[in-house]
Amino acid sequence: MSSPTVEQLAAALAPLAVDVVVPLPPPPPPPKPAPARPVAPKPAAPAADGAAPAAAPAAAPAPAPAPAPVAPPPPPPPPEPVQICDFAARGVHLEAVVRRDAVVASAELMRTHGFAMDTITGLDWMAQGLMEVVYDYFHPLSGLRVAIRCRLARDTEDVPTISHIFQGANWHERETHDFFGIRFAGHPNLTPFLLPEDATYHPLRKDFSGAPAE
Amino acid sequence: MLLLNKEEALARVAAHHVGGPNETFVLNLGPQHPATHGVLRVKLTMDGEYIRKAECVIGYIHRMHEKMGENRTCAQFLPNTSRLDYLSACQYTHAWTGVVERACKIEVPQRAEYIRVITSELNRIASHLVGWGAWVMDLGGLTPILYAFDDREKILDLMEGICGARLTYCYYRVGGVVNDIDDAFIQGAKAFVPYMRERLKMYKDFVTDNVILRKRLEGIGIIDQDMCLRYGACGPVIRGSGIANDTRKTEPYSAYKDFDFDIPVYNECDSMARYLVRMDEMEQSLRIIEQALAKLPEGPFINPKVPKLLKVPAGTYTYATEAGRGRFLVRMVADGSDKPYRVKLRTPCLSNLSLAEEVCEGMILPDAIAFLGSLDLVIPDIDR
Repeated sequence: MSSPTVEQLAAALAPLAVDVVVPLPPPPPPPKPAPARPVAPKPAAPAADGAAPAAAPAAAPAPAPAPAPVAPPPPPPPPEPVQICDFAARGVHLEAVVRRDAVVASAELMRTHGFAMDTITGLDWMAQGLMEVVYDYFHPLSGLRVAIRCRLARDTEDVPTISHIFQGANWHERETHDFFGIRFAGHPNLTPFLLPEDATYHPLRKDFSGAPAE
Repeated sequence: MLLLNKEEALARVAAHHVGGPNETFVLNLGPQHPATHGVLRVKLTMDGEYIRKAECVIGYIHRMHEKMGENRTCAQFLPNTSRLDYLSACQYTHAWTGVVERACKIEVPQRAEYIRVITSELNRIASHLVGWGAWVMDLGGLTPILYAFDDREKILDLMEGICGARLTYCYYRVGGVVNDIDDAFIQGAKAFVPYMRERLKMYKDFVTDNVILRKRLEGIGIIDQDMCLRYGACGPVIRGSGIANDTRKTEPYSAYKDFDFDIPVYNECDSMARYLVRMDEMEQSLRIIEQALAKLPEGPFINPKVPKLLKVPAGTYTYATEAGRGRFLVRMVADGSDKPYRVKLRTPCLSNLSLAEEVCEGMILPDAIAFLGSLDLVIPDIDR
């Protein structure tokens, strides 16, 4: 059960990866520069005391010269589909966004490299109209941690099951289906797992607004 | 009364397959059964005394902690984590504080890390004592759990002295721990180490070498290495199958790098191997406690610069700790606000139980009870 290096694994995952990665969560908007245009002096309000209107014109600064047009900083390049991460900062060594039809191939790859199933979970990016399935793997001896992500259209797409490769995925996929309503095509038993047996709702979807009344 | 002659009886048996060679029946183990230690239900399809098929039905105490994580700030969610595996509260709160510290780049003073290690290892011993006592009780030995609870009481008293709680500790904080440890704790923990070593020797003579226990556990519930990887088994289960996987060594966190300790590994893959791993682990925990107490650094016990309301920078962060039952992983996705966007809790008992369906096939029922005990399940940890 020898462990591959992170670089070897990244190279092996590269053919399975998507071409373009949308950064998720979206990067924070750049901090707004201080308002450039001078604040228009307020019309003197009919004040009860005479001091305030008199002081206002005096305090109004002279209209500042238009600031030199500063080129906005170039937008950060889109993240690489296969990324070697700083473990101390992120908790994973390698992260890859793979195509939907390459999920099974990526699981087979992890299996041949001696990785163990850590967990599977979902993520609802409602604003972007995406669902994400995250597959976590760990190498039991070297401690290498790999996260493989797969993005789906939120309501229409499903993802193939990997429960025939990692049998432990069976329960994790059932749980992900419970919570997010993500369908795992080919799963042997996609029935409610942690939720009641007659549950028709998916509580971790961002548009979930409470289970229907009994 | 209807009396049948032999031919009529045989014809009726043949017609209804009563007692025929292919007859099976369904037996519900749980959800209210003392041997399942909580509300686990195992639907067993039995062929006489043999299990044809086992199907675990879980979710009876599902509380949706992951949803609660999305509705609370990082500080507010901290007590939730100690309610998952209530016997490993220290390691679980450690994982949560760890992931927040990793995301917000908060430094933890060295003294706090040492205090975390000491309390985590005390917690591990307490957890193994409960698991051990309850398991031997499942097998019919009713006395050892009384000894185990007696020793565990000493740990609970120590923990109560520093944080007030006896079971669901919420002692760790983002950036350190809530109180410094006092002299009473240090002296108590120092005295506990030699005391517990003597007790472990006694447990070996008293239980481990007992021929009845060995006959019940040796060769029962074989989990091979490949099965461990396919299911993501962890903790004493994977170490009882000859794989030296321990998050404290493979993904070192906190101050575990500073201490000299071994990972007990047994190659037999059976229930006895998992038993022996746990017994040896208690000795290793004592070693760690001893070293940490001897080297305990001075200094602050919490980082004073941690803001009251933490805003986690957008991104995905994970943090794993080695709890009593294995690898506990927190995956937090943050969008830059004060509440996490998503919290995923990967718990060891779920992974360890998921392989039971495969292992139980073809097993005789009393062996299945012994095998389930070897997984040391805590059901709230599975159901979350």
